Amino acid sequence: MIGRKEVAHGAEAASHRSPAMTVAGYVGMVLVVLLVAVPLFWIVITSLKERQDIYVRPAQWLPAPGTTDNYADVTTRIPFFDYFRNSLVITISLATIKIVLGVISAYALALLRFPGRGLVFLVVIAALMVPNQITVISNYALVAQLGWRNTFQGIIVPLAGVAFGTFLMRNQFLGLPSEIIEAARLDGAGPLKLLWRVALPMSWPTVVAFALITVVNEWNEYLWPFLMSDDSRTAPLPVGLTLLQNNDGVTNWGPVMAATVLAMLPVLVLFLVLQRQMIKGLTAGAVKS
Amino acid sequence: MATVYFDEATRRYSKDGAPAVDHVTLDIADGEFLVLVGPSGCGKSTSLRMLAGLEPVDGGRILVDGHDQKGVRPRDRDIAMVFQSYALYPNMSAAQNMAFALDNSKVAKAEIRSRVAEAARILELEDLLDRKPGQMSGGQRQRVAMGRAIVRQPKVFCMDEPLSNLDAKLRVSTRSQIAGLQRRLGITTVYVTHDQVEAMTMGHRVAVLRDGRLQQVAPPDELYDRPVNTFVAAFIGSPAITLVDAPVRDGRADVHGLEVPIDRSLAGAAGERVTVGVRPESWRIVPESDPEGIDLTVELVESLGSESFVYGRRGPLDPADDAPDTERVTIKTEKRVPVAVGETVRVRPVESEVHVFDGSSGERLVG
Repeated sequence: MIGRKEVAHGAEAASHRSPAMTVAGYVGMVLVVLLVAVPLFWIVITSLKERQDIYVRPAQWLPAPGTTDNYADVTTRIPFFDYFRNSLVITISLATIKIVLGVISAYALALLRFPGRGLVFLVVIAALMVPNQITVISNYALVAQLGWRNTFQGIIVPLAGVAFGTFLMRNQFLGLPSEIIEAARLDGAGPLKLLWRVALPMSWPTVVAFALITVVNEWNEYLWPFLMSDDSRTAPLPVGLTLLQNNDGVTNWGPVMAATVLAMLPVLVLFLVLQRQMIKGLTAGAVKS
Repeated sequence: MATVYFDEATRRYSKDGAPAVDHVTLDIADGEFLVLVGPSGCGKSTSLRMLAGLEPVDGGRILVDGHDQKGVRPRDRDIAMVFQSYALYPNMSAAQNMAFALDNSKVAKAEIRSRVAEAARILELEDLLDRKPGQMSGGQRQRVAMGRAIVRQPKVFCMDEPLSNLDAKLRVSTRSQIAGLQRRLGITTVYVTHDQVEAMTMGHRVAVLRDGRLQQVAPPDELYDRPVNTFVAAFIGSPAITLVDAPVRDGRADVHGLEVPIDRSLAGAAGERVTVGVRPESWRIVPESDPEGIDLTVELVESLGSESFVYGRRGPLDPADDAPDTERVTIKTEKRVPVAVGETVRVRPVESEVHVFDGSSGERLVG
């Protein structure tokens, strides 16, 4: 009780809010953290449980005894590393294509003058508003006709369009001080040099945020790769996990959760490495430096 | 090095609105330092940007060395610009900032190094060459921006209020440095400012703009001594000239009861009313017994140490009156004067230094 009072008092001194509001704020934050953390925690402990412990009631919050069998199981019973490789191929290619396309198209829309510029941007925005699921059927028909099922290009090419990145980077470029761009033009910088030496170096935080969002999205891409691939030749990890689930008839959650943890790890590491820059990017422009 | 010629140059931001730059004709000689001055929104920066190719020319032409610049890209004009915000590349060191343009035009590495070193020596930037703009003070950034222009050895320097972000003391010293540098390099320079002190002290000639229209182009002294209209008279000089609207009777203007003779040759050109302009230093305080003089009630005395400015109005002082119907008169006096607020002083203008303008058009009356 005393501890809570002190916390509330300190917060009040800093923000001039009533103690009740401060407490409510902390309670809210704790709820949100629980909402995010409990499922994650459940995935991790389930992956460490033995099969019979998973269905025990009341729920067992700590695995006893813990086991790593599920991890061994998942990496031997299905071609886990094939799926992993496929995920890497798809994510790296798609992220590279999207970042390059996004930056270049945004550069054109923000810093080059040409007739119809506003219209092109409107079309890009409109593309953002069409849900993926709507284009799936026609895309499937087209790609299947090309004989691209179970190929990487069949997965990558239809997903390579970029609207979000164009939008994000265009606004970033428009936010750059126009005098610096003008100075570079007077200094004889051509379009590529202007982009590479002047505009991009001032935009790294946004580029990093954009890259991270793209990588996470592509890593987790499910619907389209699921429709395109039948087996471990091209299926990425999320699709592989489904196959794992179906193999058993009755779902054996232990290996599934172990595979989920393994699938999460690369993105989690990337996130931790880049998070500081990413947050800088998402709030860039909020405060004028 | 080059000549610059604005030939009826016009810039319109919208079709129906007033042009931002309205048929400006300006002939700038090779090696000249021309200052464009005027209140904000007068089109001075726009004119500069038109010359640099950052704004289109909607009417007329701009010639550099006799060549019309229409359709010539900014990077092909060989014009260097110093921006108000300096616009340094934040990701590059001072040396890289200065070398950027030379890099782009494929100048040999050794040549770039020697030019950057030379510019750094002139601007005393040698110790800062490896620093990025974020680690420099305002004055240092300003010098890097100058250096970036100098190393290019361009045809024309364009400077857009380069001193306005510096503190007052630094501004004064940098002012003379830039003027001195320009004299040494001999590169044609167009310098935009709203500061009339910069205009008076830096340029060979000063061009005064108002609402996009050129008012007068003249050397600073001529601008001060013979302003072409009341706008120029009021804009140049600090504190400002006192302008008094006066009726004309028998070839003499009646300034608050004091008869100021108008030059005989002007008398014909003058209508019923004229505007009489008297600069602060053209007033003399005369003894109360002097038959010719105006009695002023002192409202404010500003003592700057070496000189004082006395602000007064005709008639008794009434603090409740927000808008007195007589003009405030500004008088410059030597050193300190024993004058206090509320007292009355008797003053008289020096006749030979009185400016007379047309009462309606505001144009200078010339015989």
